[in-house]
Amino acid sequence: MTQADIKTTPPVLLKNARIMDPATGHDDDGSLIIVDGKIAAYGANAHNQGMPEGTREIDCQGAVVAPGLIDMGVTVGEPGAEHRETLKSASKAALAGGITTLITSPDTDPVIDDPALVDFILRRARDTAKVNIRPLAALTKGMNGKEMAEIGLLQEAGAVAFSDATNPITNSQVLLRLMTYARDYQALIIHQAQDKDLAGSGVMNAGLRATWLGLGGVPKEAEFIAIERDMRLVAMAKGKYHARLISCPQSAKAIQAAKRDGLDVTAGISINHLTLNENDIGPYRTFHKMSPPLRNEDDRNAMVNAIKDGTIDIIMSDHNPQDVETKRHPFAGAADGALGLETMLAAGLRLVHSNDLPLMTLLAAMTYNPAKRLGLQAGTLAVQSPADIIVFDPEKPWVVEKSKIRSLSKNTPFEDELLTGKVLTTIVGGKVYDQQG
Amino acid sequence: MSTNITHRNPEFPFRHLLGIEGLHPPHINYLLDLADEAVEVSRQVEKQKAVLRGRTQINLFFEASTRTQSSFELAGKRLGADVMNMAVEVSSLKKGETLIDTAATLNAMRPDLLVVRHSQAGAVHLLARKVGCAVVNAGDGAHEHPTQALLDALTIRRHKQDIGGLNVAICGDIRHSRVARSNILLLSTIGARVRLVAPSTLLPSGAHNMGVEVFTDMREGLKGADVVMMLRLQKERMSGAFIPSVREYFKYHGLDAGKLSYAKPDALVMHPGPMNRGVEIAAEIADGPQSVIREQVEMGVAIRMAVLEALAANLPA
Repeated sequence: MTQADIKTTPPVLLKNARIMDPATGHDDDGSLIIVDGKIAAYGANAHNQGMPEGTREIDCQGAVVAPGLIDMGVTVGEPGAEHRETLKSASKAALAGGITTLITSPDTDPVIDDPALVDFILRRARDTAKVNIRPLAALTKGMNGKEMAEIGLLQEAGAVAFSDATNPITNSQVLLRLMTYARDYQALIIHQAQDKDLAGSGVMNAGLRATWLGLGGVPKEAEFIAIERDMRLVAMAKGKYHARLISCPQSAKAIQAAKRDGLDVTAGISINHLTLNENDIGPYRTFHKMSPPLRNEDDRNAMVNAIKDGTIDIIMSDHNPQDVETKRHPFAGAADGALGLETMLAAGLRLVHSNDLPLMTLLAAMTYNPAKRLGLQAGTLAVQSPADIIVFDPEKPWVVEKSKIRSLSKNTPFEDELLTGKVLTTIVGGKVYDQQG
Repeated sequence: MSTNITHRNPEFPFRHLLGIEGLHPPHINYLLDLADEAVEVSRQVEKQKAVLRGRTQINLFFEASTRTQSSFELAGKRLGADVMNMAVEVSSLKKGETLIDTAATLNAMRPDLLVVRHSQAGAVHLLARKVGCAVVNAGDGAHEHPTQALLDALTIRRHKQDIGGLNVAICGDIRHSRVARSNILLLSTIGARVRLVAPSTLLPSGAHNMGVEVFTDMREGLKGADVVMMLRLQKERMSGAFIPSVREYFKYHGLDAGKLSYAKPDALVMHPGPMNRGVEIAAEIADGPQSVIREQVEMGVAIRMAVLEALAANLPA
């Protein structure tokens, strides 16, 4: 959105809303005013002084107004697999799901490991996407896990953090050097920790379920031994580290201990690992094949608690569009990944409706926490912040219908499921996108 | 899992046979009774029945297996079906592409019965969802091999009359074995007591929660057993990755006279074949008086006749 666009955006009044700001903990009925694409005021008496002429009034009828969601894990097929998802289609899906900022994964074709490619993403985003797009860049060249990418130049080009996506860096020396070097640029490293040898040829959570299905298992040790190693390396390098996706309580315990020791460490999880478990795979449903794999119900519960107690900071959709060509295979041969942009909030609200998680905690993990970790001016309702805002009705039921999915791919693990809670309006930089109907 | 219930054959109301999972004792006994009749038919000079006359059966083997394929072929022919064998050689991990393409091609040929073997677990389920005919799982990865478990049960029943209450020891590479999984399911369902006997590296994850007893000492595991089922150890697993060597494996986990003496004197010795003599079983035991291994092969044809007949009864007329 250009400066000129913002100037022409009319003022907006969101009234009769429940205003929730995870940045401050504010949770009260009132209204919110947007002027020139920025938040001008909010609160119980915000519009008492009158609104300028031409103001667009939206009666929220008691729905929640909160900062737009920031999704820290989004795979887009552009460049290289535009038939699965483009920045444009991802942006439409994001608007439907109330996500106003996409942090895009570098595992495209080619891999985003060059400043010109960061620039490409940003230009394509500006020309085709309606939401904010902030790219991650690769940590190593071609995500080969061996040679450092140009962290300084990539950062200057606009990369917000560095990650080899789901590829673990197995060589401890390489990871230590990366952490040490990245420290000079205050760059955040996002790592998917996994001991590849222990993971072996496993394709789902190791255990009885995998045994009966005759599928190879990935033991939890493959994850938490690697997380424990990473914590030791962070202690040596004193860098900024984010565990991309942890799936078992032992990993959470290692993160918690590192935080207690004062290390600059955060952790993330996907909405799938918080709301689904290995039993959902049923008779070889490949839409539920992901890496790390869905764990058992005890693990899932433990991870919800880890969000609640602050050990896990960030919830992402881990949106990964895959088509029939990559998913319609025998389970072991199918690609990993599931859609998430359109369902992240609604799936997350399951945890709120079941009284497992306070709504404010859920929102913080999808807004303020990722913004803070990435140093983005977003995820808050603070006056003068860009007006990236969502209006959602936490009680509105809807069914995830394949025909209504905005993504170019259709691999949702929630197909035909009833979700409760729907985004009504998504506002990006003051521009209003109605999501009803 | 045997999906899509139809009601033409109330004794076996399934469209496919994808596994033992989901079968109840009456279904299993029905197949075993039908197979007993098939044994009689097979032992006559005139070996043909006409129940599958006009039906087309395709044996689709993505993984080579002369024995199982011949057994299904003979079973189909004895019931009067037109049987075609298709071997699909696959080498890459892109197997699924071939699978779906092949399914579409086969569907166009309008077979009535499709017998499928594939190296990946779940591949037969996937295929069953894409074709219009009845599908029999002839082995999918490390998941299930239902007709093997049924033929084993038939063999046991013919010797011991009642399987309920028998102690059955399944020994060897249980971790990678679809035969073991199907047998555990079937034998537990009809009331046998199942023991797994293997070195810990060849036991699957969660073995202790499979409703079985687990032993790593073969002598302990065979004590008082009524049936000893040996499993084949694949060549690629013999040297170092799961066990140190063949000679060490044979010493501690190979079935020889010494270890067999711990089982009941009339214990049956079984093996799904093909055997590695001197690896998991001593030659003199394989060919000895307690061995019913060759009989298993005969029962294999009979059980496959029973399965094909039971499924054919649910086909559209």
